[in-house]
Order: sequence, then structure tokens, then C-alpha cells
Amino acid sequence: MPRMTMIEAIRSAMDVAMGRDENVVVFGEDVGYFGGVFRCTAGLQQKYGKSRCFDTPINESGIVGAAIGMAAYGLRPCIEVQFADYVYPAYDQIVSEAARLRYRSNGQFTCPIVIRMPTGGGIFGGQTHSQSPEALFTHVAGLKVVVPSNPYDAKGLLIAAIEDPDPVIFLEPKRLYNGPFDGHYERPVTSWAKHPLSETPEGHYTVPLGRAEVRREGSAVTVLAYGTMVYVAQAAAEDTGVDAEVIDLRTLLPLDLDTIVASVGKTGRCVVVHEATLTSGFGAELAALVQEHCFYNLEAPVMRVTGWDTPYPHAQEWDYFPGPKRVGEALVQVMEA
Amino acid sequence: MAEAGRLSLHVPEPEVRPGDTPDFSHVPIPRAGSVERPPVDVDPREIRDLAYSIIRVLNRDGEAVGPWAGTLSDEELLEGLRHMMTLRTFDARMLMAQRQGKTSFYMQHMGEEAVSCAFRKALEPGDMNFPTYRQAGLLIAGGYPMVDMMNQIYSNEADPLKGRQLPIMYSARDHGFFSISGNLGTQFIQAVGWAMASAIKNDTRIAAGWIGDGSTAESDFHAALVFASTYRAPVVLNIVNNQWAISTFQGIARGGSGTFAARGLGFGLPALRVDGNDYLAVHSVAKWAIERARRNLGPTLIEYVTYRVGAHSTSDDPSAYRPKTESDAWPLGDPVIRLKNHLIVRGVWSEERHKQAEAEILDEVITAQKQAEQHGTLHSGGKPSTRDMFEGVYATMPPHLRRQRQQAGV
Repeated sequence: MPRMTMIEAIRSAMDVAMGRDENVVVFGEDVGYFGGVFRCTAGLQQKYGKSRCFDTPINESGIVGAAIGMAAYGLRPCIEVQFADYVYPAYDQIVSEAARLRYRSNGQFTCPIVIRMPTGGGIFGGQTHSQSPEALFTHVAGLKVVVPSNPYDAKGLLIAAIEDPDPVIFLEPKRLYNGPFDGHYERPVTSWAKHPLSETPEGHYTVPLGRAEVRREGSAVTVLAYGTMVYVAQAAAEDTGVDAEVIDLRTLLPLDLDTIVASVGKTGRCVVVHEATLTSGFGAELAALVQEHCFYNLEAPVMRVTGWDTPYPHAQEWDYFPGPKRVGEALVQVMEA
Repeated sequence: MAEAGRLSLHVPEPEVRPGDTPDFSHVPIPRAGSVERPPVDVDPREIRDLAYSIIRVLNRDGEAVGPWAGTLSDEELLEGLRHMMTLRTFDARMLMAQRQGKTSFYMQHMGEEAVSCAFRKALEPGDMNFPTYRQAGLLIAGGYPMVDMMNQIYSNEADPLKGRQLPIMYSARDHGFFSISGNLGTQFIQAVGWAMASAIKNDTRIAAGWIGDGSTAESDFHAALVFASTYRAPVVLNIVNNQWAISTFQGIARGGSGTFAARGLGFGLPALRVDGNDYLAVHSVAKWAIERARRNLGPTLIEYVTYRVGAHSTSDDPSAYRPKTESDAWPLGDPVIRLKNHLIVRGVWSEERHKQAEAEILDEVITAQKQAEQHGTLHSGGKPSTRDMFEGVYATMPPHLRRQRQQAGV
């Protein structure tokens, strides 16, 4: 089976989806001729033509608003916002329109769009190339929110998202585009070529939305993670020797609560990790759900290891990023509680 | 030139306020028939003056004059009058229903009936409007049942939107009427996207976007004009300038720009201004722009110059911010009376027939109202089910919503 980077897998997903369904269109800033600033749409315009894959003016609200109109017509736009940090001008269109269209029109109009956006830090991106705004979307009824962590999932989840009848926010951890990253920034980066999850089928397949995956089985503590933090959590388990079960949530909304409850039921402990800031982050929802559904199994308070409640800094990158050291400390602490 | 001193902020003010004498002498109104009618494939650069004039067909004597006249037959005009009268009567009844507590909210069209009613008749089946909350004439003139509109307003058991939406936020896909949103301006760019989709699929259908004068200040107005211009989308972009955005006079949104239509010039769009109270002019201009779009010649921006005679909504009292008699002084008159007079001049209508029509229409609307009220009103009679509250958030109900529905006991 061919090996792909996450970029190649994402590109392949759009290629497959466009090949199968003429209603799939791809657009965004620099997405057309140039193939995207991260190369995720390279070659698609050449292959499918300018009416299927094209560049847009720099206007995120315009990109999403136009996509909603296209979806109302019957197309399936898979659009790109260059960085998740720049999605805010489109927030009105996403929250007030895309998320609500099916509900408010009683199904007369629907919005099967995918909004792809590179997310997350660990790349010295500073304040506006590092953010993880997933909680701003998981709070919105009507949206689905997906964060893949490897090439195989990225392709399968993206095809599933494009085929899904509802609007999907598809957050791509750009730190993982070229290889897995466990937060050990002092070590040389690895490429996807050596990772088993870079084996990605050429053709069509899907990874269903709403299902988590256990990445590391363990018996001592459940770690709930997604995106880059999946690798950080695995590294923390190896570094500390704590037998953590690492769950890659993959879809944050709707959430695979069953997998979470089964794991915490087994381990009795839970650590939630994400790059995003702590207060009212998605971790708060996860901690509350675990508390609600696993209260009688819990042997320690649910812990959260997240970004600090500050804007994402530049020089202090590794003091901000919740790396394996901080996650490891939490694993040890939750075991001692 | 004045010496540079300290700066001061300019905040535009309307000419008059409550207690003042209404005055529209500063609004230049060109003679009916005086504005040229360019070919639809005109280079937008050649008709920049149309963004600063007003296309008018009906003159003071009720005659249709000039190059924009003649797009409608007697029968079509009689039908148009009936649509406008129906909308006005519908408004009056629903306003009363709101006062009686049968619904929580209503917004009238008083004075703006010609805009949506005439525009609708220039469209073809399959075209899609992206309306605001003040274009119900698109539904009335499009043959959408009044009973269904009322069911929506009453949020009753027959409400097509299952009680989920605020009154008047209709949705009627099969009638080319996109779901109305409370968020202003959002639909303007969506109309462009719909039109782009039609072009992508090599279809023949076109879209129409709608926005008020106040909402042109929203960012999505700019987005719509940029995208429409860039992709030459087959869309007609309609600005209904009724002079008021709730309490805010149009100068706050328009600023130093001469007209709202003139905003289109910077985007390379043909921009026309039309007498919004002149049914014939609205239809003719709409037809021109729609033909342009359908012939793949690109988008058109149209400003309809009209006046919001009624309150902004049932929650608004205009006497707090404008003279009570301001609408009487509005130089473009009343769209219903102007078309009525024209039809009388044309010899196909009379005062008697008009009175008779008023009575017939009132009867029709009351009949529809009675029918709707059999299905309930907001606080009495049949209601949408609580289960409906949980449906339709997603195509398939996800587990967390199933749990919540169970908690709600339904």
C-alpha cells in the first residue's frame, strides 16, 4: 500500500471525492493554480478544471458564504481557510447560517460543506498561525468537528466529511502535515514514511465520523487526546512508564462517548490533553462528561493538560505547548491521587 | 483653507426629527421617462450615470413613459396591483393578529410592496431569491399559499418550519425563496454562491440577492460584490433603500457615497437606481438585470428608492425618531395608488372596481386567516411537537441529542 504524508492523504481525499462526485468543488485562497500554501490541493485544478477548483478573493466570510449558497443549490463544496486563526471573519456564516440551515428551513435547504483549516501549534507560528479554535465550533449545534492525527485517518475522515450531509469543520494539525510529532522538539523530526498509519489506500474509503480509536492500550489511566496531542500522550506514557490508554477522539462532535466511558470504566482515571487554552476549552466538556458518566469508577479527579490561558506566544513556544513533560507529570500525579 | 486645529468627529444626521416639518426637497427626483435604457450587454463603464439617477416609468399623470415602459400587459399589471393589495391587506391582518397576541412578532411592507411583487414577476421558475425579512411580495406574487405564511407566523401545528423560526422568517424552496435568517446581510453572498453554482453546472437559472440600505454596511455586502464581480456570477443584487434602518437614517450606512447603487461602480458592476414605488419601473429594471444574468453577461446591482412607511417591526415606534407625517411627504408616493391611477388612465380599472377588489382581497385574506387559525396560534390550539425541537439539527440525530430528547421526556 502506498505511503502518504498527511498533505498527500488530504489531497488524495479531495481527488477521490472530486472524481466520484461532480458536485464536489474545492476553493479558497491560493487553492487553485498554486495548489495551496501547504500543497493540499496541488494538481486538482489542472485535473478537474477551474470551475471545480479555484482561487478566491481574500475574504473568509465570502468563501464560506458562497459555499453555503452553492450547497443550497446542490453542490458539495470542500473549502479551505488558510489558517484556523483566520476563520473568525467567517464565524457568522458558520454559526448563524451553515450550522442552522437544515434546522431553520425544516430540511428544505441543507449545507453539506466541509471547511478545512490547518490548526495547532508547535511550529513557531506565533499568535495567528498556531491557534486551536475547536471549542468555538463544538459549542455550535448543527456542526460536526473533526481533527485527524495521521494520513490514513485524514483521508478517510475527509472523504466521510465531504460525503456527510451536514457541515463539517475539518481541522488539520499542520504540525502533523509532514510527520508525527510527540512534542520532543529537541529530537530530530520524523517523517510519515516510517509510521504504519501513513499506509493509505489510493482509492475510495472512509473512516466514519463520530468514532474514536484507541491508539495505545493501557490499564492505568485513560488519556483523551486528538491531533498532535495523541503522539505527545503516547510519548508521555513511554517516558513515565505509566500504562496509559490513549484515545484519539478523531471526531469531537458528535463525540464517541461509548469508547471513552468503556476506557475510563476500566482505568478509573482520566487525563484530558489539548493544545487549546484551558478555560472553556473542549477539555471542559470532556471532563464534565467523564464525571457525569464515570463518577463511580473514578479514583482520582479528572485532570486537564492544555495550553495556558494566554494568546499563543512566539519565543515561548515550548513553554506554552503542552509537551510530554507536562503530560507525563499529570499521568504521574493522577496515579498518585 | 482652514488652519489645522483639533479634530472633530462627523456624525451624519437626518434633515428632520420628530416635531420638524418633513422635507425631501434635497432628494432629486428625475422626470419619469428621462433615463436611457441601455442594451443588456452594455459595458458597465458606459452607464455609470445610472447609479446616480432614478429610473422611472409612471409620471405624475399616471402615464407610462420613456424607454423603460412597456414590459407588462394590462392583465399582468392588474395582477400586479392585486398582489400589492394582497400583501398590504395581509400585513394589516397580521399586524392586528400580533396586537391580539396571536403571534409574537410581525414586520410590514407598507410602501415597499412594488419592489418584491414586481421583481418576482420578472423571474423564471427555478430561479432563487435570497430575501430579507421584508420581501414577502416574492411569496404572494409567486403564488405561495397565504395560509402557509400564516401558519409560520402563528407557529402552529401546520407551520412548515415546525415552530422553530421567529414569525416571518419564511422558507419556501419550491417557490424560489431561500430560508430567511435573522442575521443581516449573510444571504447576499450566499446568493452569489448559488449563482456561481448554477454557472459551474452550466445551468440556466439565476439568483437574486436582497439587502436593505442599513445592512449594506455589513461585511457580507462587500463580500458579495467582490465575489459577484470576480466570478461574473449570474446574480441580481438588490438593495432596497427605504431610507431607514430601524431608527437610523440611511446617511449613516451610506456615508459620503452619493447613492447605494454607486457602491457597485467600484466593483465594476453595472449599477442602476430605480423608483421603488413604480411597479412598472421595478419590473422593467428587474427584467433587464435578470436577462443580463441569464445571458451570462454578469451581475447587476440595483438600488430601489422607496420609503418605509410603517414601523420597523411590531416592536418599534417610529415617532420616537422621525416626523409622524414624513411618509406623506415622500416624493415617490404610494406604489398601490400609483399603479391604480395608471390602470385607470389606461382605461382598464376604476375606483369602483378598486373598492370591490379591496373587499374581495380582504375576504380572501380573512378566509386564509381563519383556515390557519384552525391549526392554532402561538398560545392556543395546535402546536408543533416538542420532538420537532430536536429533529433536523443534523440529518441523523446524534447520540447526545437522543439523550437530551429522552431527558426532555419526548
